[in-house]
Amino acid sequence: MNVFITLFQAAISFGTVIMFGSVGEILTEKSGNLNLGVPGTMYMGGIASLAAAFFYESACEAAGRAPSPVLMLIIALVSAFAAAAFGGLIYSFLTITLRANQNVTGLTLTIFGAGLANFFGGSLNKLAGGVGQISVAATSKVFRAGVFSFIPAPDIIKKLFLGYGLMVYLAVIVAVLVHVFLNRTNKGLNLRAVGENPATADAAGINVIRNKYLATCVGTGITGLGGVYYVMDYVKGTWANDGTIENLGWLAVALVIFATWKPLRSIWGSYLFGIFFWAYLLFASALTRRSQELFRMLPYVVTIIVLIIVSLRKKKEDQPPEALGLAYFREDR
Amino acid sequence: MLRIRKRTNMPLWQQWLVRFAAIVLALLLDAVIIYLLTKMNPLKVYSTMFTGVFGTSRRVWNAIRDIMMLLCIGVGLAPAFKMKFWNIGAEGQILMGGIAAAACMIYLKSLPAALLLIVMFIAAALAGGFWGFIPAISKAKLNTNETLFTLMMNYIAIQLTAFFVTFWENSYGSGIVGTINPETQKGWFPPLFGQMYGLNVVIVLLLVVLVYCYLRFTKHGYEIAVVGGSRNTAKYAGINVPAVTVRTVTLSGMICGIAGFISVAGQGHTISTSTAGGRGFVAIIVAWLAKFNTFVMVLISFLLVFLEMGAKEIASRFNINDNLSKMIMGVILFFILGSEFFINYRLGLSKAEEN
Repeated sequence: MNVFITLFQAAISFGTVIMFGSVGEILTEKSGNLNLGVPGTMYMGGIASLAAAFFYESACEAAGRAPSPVLMLIIALVSAFAAAAFGGLIYSFLTITLRANQNVTGLTLTIFGAGLANFFGGSLNKLAGGVGQISVAATSKVFRAGVFSFIPAPDIIKKLFLGYGLMVYLAVIVAVLVHVFLNRTNKGLNLRAVGENPATADAAGINVIRNKYLATCVGTGITGLGGVYYVMDYVKGTWANDGTIENLGWLAVALVIFATWKPLRSIWGSYLFGIFFWAYLLFASALTRRSQELFRMLPYVVTIIVLIIVSLRKKKEDQPPEALGLAYFREDR
Repeated sequence: MLRIRKRTNMPLWQQWLVRFAAIVLALLLDAVIIYLLTKMNPLKVYSTMFTGVFGTSRRVWNAIRDIMMLLCIGVGLAPAFKMKFWNIGAEGQILMGGIAAAACMIYLKSLPAALLLIVMFIAAALAGGFWGFIPAISKAKLNTNETLFTLMMNYIAIQLTAFFVTFWENSYGSGIVGTINPETQKGWFPPLFGQMYGLNVVIVLLLVVLVYCYLRFTKHGYEIAVVGGSRNTAKYAGINVPAVTVRTVTLSGMICGIAGFISVAGQGHTISTSTAGGRGFVAIIVAWLAKFNTFVMVLISFLLVFLEMGAKEIASRFNINDNLSKMIMGVILFFILGSEFFINYRLGLSKAEEN
């Protein structure tokens, strides 16, 4: 039973990171931009929140005040969103305005974001005159505080559903909001039109360029929140220079396919990925170190199987946006 | 209003001038970043980079080794990318080649040295080719998205590598294989012209020439270009698109597998999950910026390796994190990518009545 609870909690934590990543990427891809820079923007969001929290905490310490919990949350979230959206802006400017290739630009964004984040993650403390590893314990504590733990409920329910930090619930809310935006609003319909057929959308009077810019920047901003959750909650307010964010970012890209571009599917999809990833815990006693390594292939193998099934079934509502990955130049018509 | 028009007639020297200007601009921006971080004269920083790469003959050879590695992968990716098959699975293909080469080194060390190297070469090429073949056949038969398929294959290869590392680890529980055959040096590249990495250079440059000719002068190369231009045109012209896809991507995977072989036999003499180390992704950018011209790739690989090694030198000199190199590289790549716009399009002010 305890193993089950651990697995469940681990799956939720893991899923939250990639849910932000995939929901943001869904929004971006709906505009026809295939952004392979998700790992990079998650990195940028993560490091920005860490740096901002670090400076805020140090400033408070210097002034002799206790940092305000609400401000800590806002500072971390806003700086992460802004930094990741800035990554999206670079990508948009290069691919939309300067018409560079989307895949190559996205990969470059990943290299750039990873370099930037690991550079500052590794040396921020030193640059600021401190010693040792950077750590923002106070902010991390606020992020990890159980939002709903005050609700009286049996212990098991609390452990499984109510004890998580803010970001776990925020991820679900964002996913639902993006779903509503895409499927229930006019602006969402316009955006989908841009992703399906930009020339037609353009002819119908929709501003293609603005839609693409906005969707990409907001989408990458959301992926940056995944970085916040990873830094503040997953690794408890420190910096882990081990490439985990990069792996999670790529899984988020894969999850977009798994969810067939539907934010609601990405909610349970990301938790399912979390279960796949941690499934070896269930058999930990029976598995050797060797077989554990094989077991960890599971999420990737499953994604490939889903990819194949999706292309086998050819269901219309499961297909990617028609113009995904294609640049749109009005002059080319 | 700005008016943008397509142009195809920019002279070659102007094209290179634009790219050169982009690199200079990027270096200026990087200089500002470095100055803010180290408070050091940027000119001095770049001269530090220069000595970091060319300071000693050992460093020069390390640079050559890294350039050859990146070049080999870029050359491997060229056929697939020219066909517009987005093979971002080079990492995995390199690792599979590396696993195959390491396995031969470990289990076939009784073979004569030269024969062992040949067996390793073939095994690595087959393993890498197989890793390309799987997504290729799926693309050809079912039209699955190759970008994501190859990406997932990377992670499967990484887990497979981790699995084999636990088999071959030297001193149980250490999690690393360590140098394979340290005494006999079986399966190691012999020094060539007195240089440790001589054979690396020979193999890779041979591949550069071969792939250039393959893409430029053979029927296969022509078919690749047509499929890359338009799949429908290719179909209409009677080209068997699925067959060309599978053949080309398998070839691409084979060359990446050979890169894994070079990495294991000619460089590290070991295997780990970081044997590919992200080069498979960087090489995509190399191949793309070179427009699949393998000779131009030599230049771009040089530029990137120079930046990487130089930035690492700065980082160690000033005791800062060496991820600085990736950041600098990212900035320069952004500028080069953006500069292509000014090569392909002409900007002009349009008259009001045209709006």
